[in-house]
Amino acid sequence: MDTRVPATPVLVPAPGLLRAALDAAGEAVLLCTAEDHTIVLVNAAAKALLPGLEPGVTAARSPLAELARAIAEGTSTFTDEYLGRQVLGHRRSLGDDHYGWYLQDITEEIARAQEFQAERDRTLFLAEASRRLSASLHQRRCLRTTVELAAAHLADAAVVVLPARRRQSEWMRLIAGESVEEGMLRENVLGEVPGFEEALGGFPPIPSRWLDASQVPAWLLPEGFGPVGALLVTPLPGNAEPAGALILARRGPDAVFSAEDEMLARIFAARAGAAISAAALYRDQVDTTAILQADLLPPELPQPEGVELIGSYQAAKDALRIGGDFYDVFGPVDDSPETVVALGDVCGKGPEAAVLTGKVRQTLRALRLVNADPAAMLTVLNRALLGSGRQHRFVTLVVAAISRAEHGRVRICLATGGHPAPLLLRADGTVEPVEVSGTLIGVVPHISVGPAMVELAPGELCLMYSDGLTEARGGPSGTEQYGESRLRDALASCAGMPGTAAVERVRQLVSDWVHGGVRDDIAMLAVRAPSRTKLSLMDTGVAPVSPFAIDARRGDRRGRSR
Amino acid sequence: MTASTTTPPRSLDDPDVGERYLRLVGDGDEYGAVEIVTALLDNGADPARVMLDLIARTQSRVGELWAANEWSIAREHAATAISERALAAVSARSAVRPTRGRITVACVDGEWHALPVRILGEMLRLDGWRVDFLGANVPGPHLVTHLHQTGPDAVALSCMLATRLPRAHAAITACRSVGVPVIAGGPGFGPEGRWAHRLGADAWAPDAEGAIRRLAREWPPPIEDPYRTGFLGDDEYTYLMRHRGELVQTAMTRLTAAYPPTGSYSRRQHDSTLEDLGHVVDFLAAALYVADEQVFTDFVAWTAAVLEAREVPPVALQIGLTLMRDQLRDYPAAIAIIDAGVATLRR
Repeated sequence: MDTRVPATPVLVPAPGLLRAALDAAGEAVLLCTAEDHTIVLVNAAAKALLPGLEPGVTAARSPLAELARAIAEGTSTFTDEYLGRQVLGHRRSLGDDHYGWYLQDITEEIARAQEFQAERDRTLFLAEASRRLSASLHQRRCLRTTVELAAAHLADAAVVVLPARRRQSEWMRLIAGESVEEGMLRENVLGEVPGFEEALGGFPPIPSRWLDASQVPAWLLPEGFGPVGALLVTPLPGNAEPAGALILARRGPDAVFSAEDEMLARIFAARAGAAISAAALYRDQVDTTAILQADLLPPELPQPEGVELIGSYQAAKDALRIGGDFYDVFGPVDDSPETVVALGDVCGKGPEAAVLTGKVRQTLRALRLVNADPAAMLTVLNRALLGSGRQHRFVTLVVAAISRAEHGRVRICLATGGHPAPLLLRADGTVEPVEVSGTLIGVVPHISVGPAMVELAPGELCLMYSDGLTEARGGPSGTEQYGESRLRDALASCAGMPGTAAVERVRQLVSDWVHGGVRDDIAMLAVRAPSRTKLSLMDTGVAPVSPFAIDARRGDRRGRSR
Repeated sequence: MTASTTTPPRSLDDPDVGERYLRLVGDGDEYGAVEIVTALLDNGADPARVMLDLIARTQSRVGELWAANEWSIAREHAATAISERALAAVSARSAVRPTRGRITVACVDGEWHALPVRILGEMLRLDGWRVDFLGANVPGPHLVTHLHQTGPDAVALSCMLATRLPRAHAAITACRSVGVPVIAGGPGFGPEGRWAHRLGADAWAPDAEGAIRRLAREWPPPIEDPYRTGFLGDDEYTYLMRHRGELVQTAMTRLTAAYPPTGSYSRRQHDSTLEDLGHVVDFLAAALYVADEQVFTDFVAWTAAVLEAREVPPVALQIGLTLMRDQLRDYPAAIAIIDAGVATLRR
């Protein structure tokens, strides 16, 4: 302390004034002797905070246990609770003989901080819930996420029960710290859970305090869970009716669900219910689409004796895997041993194109049963389509009747209607188009069809394809069409390969050309005469002509070598 | 000599079984190859060992034979097709009741090497997983639709070529954002799966057995934030992707000026050269994307080896690199990566 005489005289406040000033302060002050901690002064705020504390006693005897401890341990801060108030104390030295405890009532501050933290936790929880629940459209995943979130943040056990379908209810359960269980329940036992029927009946949730936790049926939770202290049953809101109910349980005799807990559970349940019911809608839609798709997707190809049939269908990225391209195969009938295949392209995309595809395939199937030849099939199909009233829809098509010839050869009778001519890959590696011609189907009443007959020697292949293949845009500029000339080169590079490898390779080369972004359907169907002898694959390919270009590298299979 | 005239092997330890099998797939002899596999299984061989020690090992030999210019591309494709049949034969012989979760196995968009992934799928099936095998070249939207419809516990994603890394990143992010964790595999993800972790995959496995071990413990891992790794491409990557076509065309034009014979190339040779130049850009872009020049130097070293086997002097590749470098003067990271590639070539 500065003991020098000040340069100018100062008015020294009277002790009474000092006392009044201390009493007017908001902070509680205890002045103590440094020697034995005897309290020499208690200001008004300190009297209010610690009623009954008078000067003269030692501060170690104050009702604040933490203050006594701070004195004993020589620390200069403490916090304590007294008469429901939270007290924070700081010790400040006041000269050699005295010091002061400055005490603050921080009850409100702590309450605010706790409230803030709780609010923050709730917000974080709901944000996480929203993120995770909105992630999946798969119902089981949504149920799983719901019980995981609920068991982590809301209760010791979480059970989701779905409304009964065919008198059975699906449930999923998670006890905190254990793993998810699931199963089915009979509808008639569900009423044993207090509040459950009301929740599924669309009533507002019943407050937890009205639900008798002791009435929880034994089947709801595993034996080891222990007695349920508090139960909360919350409906999971759905589209027209609840998507299910969320049952939360806390263990122990003192467990409760506070009003805030119930509110939080309701908000959470709203989000979970939306996710679960969206997943249910999606599932129904997928089921329906799958039924419709089943007839529209390309069929499994049979493997007739002495003929290899290979199909490939790649739907445009944005379609539901059904589009305007199709192929189909019709087996031998009583008076005709031939296998007939068809590959076509209906104008347009999406469901409308798919419906027309279905009609075309059905018509062809019927025509096959009456043993029509490919040209006749096209002619009758044309009349059938024109008669159906849909004027502005047309189709391009190639139909091929396949039969075995002598010496392992395969004979194909082909007819096309406005479709790219199929390509033949000969044994010597040359590629040539089949000489066919024919008018678009479904536009004019009378079409001309110029069919052709070709024969494949063992190892030779005939490729039918849709124009999505040659019109695929890509290349270095990104806008150039793949074109028939590249397709012929690609096919030529497949000489000697098994049919599946050849089709796969063409598909791969086109995909590389467009850098994967195929925007149109691509259908391919190859007919191959199986090679009877070993493949002549022993050569190592032609040495590259240019120093930079390497034709052999076009397959780009480099990853495998490492 | 064909397999049908010799005695089938009794066990995988037979000294020449690998050689015989390789010869059969190389000759396109499907029946012979399937016969070997069937005989091994009949004699009690473990299906997993047949897949890994015979089919997979042979397939990597096939790749080496092609790279060394000993086998033609047609022969390599034929061998792959035969191996797929042999694999189907193994699969048909071993029925396993699913006891674990459900897993989706797929190749990244643009990735065509399906055989290793098919083997992984079969191995997982033997391990008790319910496997949905989506095959090669799975576009991202198809993959996500499948995940919504089946709700699997994991996606196993394969990437054989580093050029697919940006698309692999999109696929990994898409899977994780619908709540399905991803295990990555394949050499495209780099040594020790370095780039798989960078792209946010939840796990990486060096091979099928590693994947099975990894999936057997602590799966699924919690998915914290699907966007943990943001878009990795910087402005240089973006520039390269936007101007890929121009870069390749300009390089081609300059190549013709510097090396007149290219002017008289057939369309096929012209296309091949454009494609090779495109690869330079693609690997460069991938290296920029994951910020690791090794993507590029590996590509250069590998290509140089392939060229050498075909008696093409490495200077051809160097010309290609220089043509790209000249166009990227304002892009220091790209230049540094190309220089690292040129240095690899000199070594």
